[in-house]
Amino acid sequence: MSEEPAIDVKGMTKHFGTRTVVNKIDLQVRKGEIYGFLGPNGSGKTTFIRMLCGLLKSDEGSGTCLGLDVIKQSEEIKKQVGYMTQRFSFYEDLSIRENLDFVARMYGVKNREEAVNASIKRLGLSGREQQLAGQLSGGWKQRLALAACLIHEPKLLLLDEPTAGVDPKARRDFWEQIHQLAAEGLTFLITTHYMDEAERCHRIAYLAYGDLLTHGTVKEVIESAHLTTWSVKGDDLLKLAGELRGKPGVHQAVAFGSSLHVSGGDAAALKQAIAPYRKDYEWTLISPGLEDVFIHLMDQSKDNFAAA
Amino acid sequence: MNRYFSITRFLAIIIKEFIQMRRDRVTFGMMVGIPLLQLLLFGFAINSDPKHLPAAVLMNDQGPQARTLLSAIRNSGYYEFVRQVHSEDEAREVLEHGEVQFVVTIPQDFSRDLLRGDKPTLLIEADATDPAATSNAINIMRPLLTTALQNDFKGPLAYLAQNEAPIDLRIHALYNPEAITQYNIVPGLMGVVLTMTMVMITALAITRERERGTMENLLSMPTRPFEVLLGKIIPYMFVGYIQITLILLAAHFLFHVPMIGSLGLLFVAAFVFIAANLAVGITFSTLATNQLQAVQGSFFFFLPSLLLSGFMFPFRGMPQWAQTIGEVLPLTHFLRIVRGVLLKGNTFADISLQLWQIALFALVALFIGVFRYRQTLD
Repeated sequence: MSEEPAIDVKGMTKHFGTRTVVNKIDLQVRKGEIYGFLGPNGSGKTTFIRMLCGLLKSDEGSGTCLGLDVIKQSEEIKKQVGYMTQRFSFYEDLSIRENLDFVARMYGVKNREEAVNASIKRLGLSGREQQLAGQLSGGWKQRLALAACLIHEPKLLLLDEPTAGVDPKARRDFWEQIHQLAAEGLTFLITTHYMDEAERCHRIAYLAYGDLLTHGTVKEVIESAHLTTWSVKGDDLLKLAGELRGKPGVHQAVAFGSSLHVSGGDAAALKQAIAPYRKDYEWTLISPGLEDVFIHLMDQSKDNFAAA
Repeated sequence: MNRYFSITRFLAIIIKEFIQMRRDRVTFGMMVGIPLLQLLLFGFAINSDPKHLPAAVLMNDQGPQARTLLSAIRNSGYYEFVRQVHSEDEAREVLEHGEVQFVVTIPQDFSRDLLRGDKPTLLIEADATDPAATSNAINIMRPLLTTALQNDFKGPLAYLAQNEAPIDLRIHALYNPEAITQYNIVPGLMGVVLTMTMVMITALAITRERERGTMENLLSMPTRPFEVLLGKIIPYMFVGYIQITLILLAAHFLFHVPMIGSLGLLFVAAFVFIAANLAVGITFSTLATNQLQAVQGSFFFFLPSLLLSGFMFPFRGMPQWAQTIGEVLPLTHFLRIVRGVLLKGNTFADISLQLWQIALFALVALFIGVFRYRQTLD
């Protein structure tokens, strides 16, 4: 990983009317890094990515993307960035090859034909290249979109929920490819809702209501939350959850499969709160997972949001 | 709930439709606006009995009877003498340019011949490319002549009143002597078809990208507004030329429309006209938020084009305000070009003024389009 960051922005802000969708976000992404962007729907992830690639004008903020001024040089940035939209946004009435060819021309790719052929081959789309993009299944559409984003050999890829609606096998293949490309020096900024995907990222950031709440490696994010979590097993956990919620020291009681995760920021207070229920249920102190931390962060920011 | 028809379900649909109608203000506006527009255009602008048609006079006789006759023609309300010409060549020229609809020629010694009972000739040359525009004005001439000189034919000249027809009226319906409506309609149709299809097709061009979500992708690529807009226009120019060729073939083989002028010139002029319509469509496309609005927008443009251009109703029969609007529309000028080239044999010099007006329109429309085109999703 080299010293100059791929993305280095400060105070990025976007308002839609009176609503602040992205609020003074600072972000640094190193070269060759896979950076995960997490947060609930409407937290400003897509808006932030769109500002990076010049699709939206930021109201405030400054910085560089691939060493170029993120505000003034967005046309230059576009040439070196691949952006994969949340919704499939290639032409459904063009074939796979025609789509790739179009993109290659748009970016002025040299040896276009070679590049298109290589791209089709690399993604295992050979033999299906004449098929219309609109007839592809979700997984294949995603592959095509990624292939199209890569054809001009960008240095930075911005992927907005690339695996939404894609089956687990295709998701795993996709992530393997991402890691391989990152090893070759490509930088990724990926938004996702999946915890397992977050754990595949080198570093992650968590956004809620336009604010960047935390960032770092998965381990750092979990540790910085200072959360104590108990896993509970037993009968009628729903009733238990209802009783625990609102007790001092208990921040959240969330069902995870057949168990209940009870978390709090103050270990002693939490212990006191659960004491009356200790004998009726099976309690284990666990290290909190990302999901526990995120639910915690989301609840907190919701409180802030409501108070504001 | 009834198995076959439930009032609740029925009401649910009705309520939902009303809510959606209220949300889409533009569509609702169009539903109210288009009938209103139609009402105004049909009610006030359309006149199938055009009067005050521009005419020129070639006065070769200054006698009192000639003057009386001329003022009688003017008083009929159909002729408005806008200029005087001094030779037959000049008369032809003003007709060819479409400056005037008629040239009235009063020959030398008209008054003298009249008094002698020598039946002088009164020549009316009409630009009859659009028979509807000229027919009424021509038809009133005969009854007019018998009454016009009644006051003069009194006293010593009373003998002339007994004469059946003291004046020999000759009418030359130029360019379309047999008053065949197709000669006027078919070339005009070329402009109408182009206006309708070109505007609508390109109006959908950008809204479709937006609706399908491909716009976001397109904007994330390094491209400039002119590249996108012109790139979307050019393919349809070819479609436009296919249409023109088809219409010309049909005009020739099916309707036997005369083609006096240069077809090459017509194709050159069509380039500017097609470009103007495509530019309008592209501009609508940048203004509309969805495809339905884009179609409605093009209809809003098409309707006045159809009614105020002189295609359906004589241009000169319309009130001044309608003519002013008509002069802005590219179809008005293109109709004059097509009819001029095909029926009158107009040359480039004859049509250049019309062509410039279309070109100006195209440029303005394209610049609004480029100005309105957003390179971001803001």
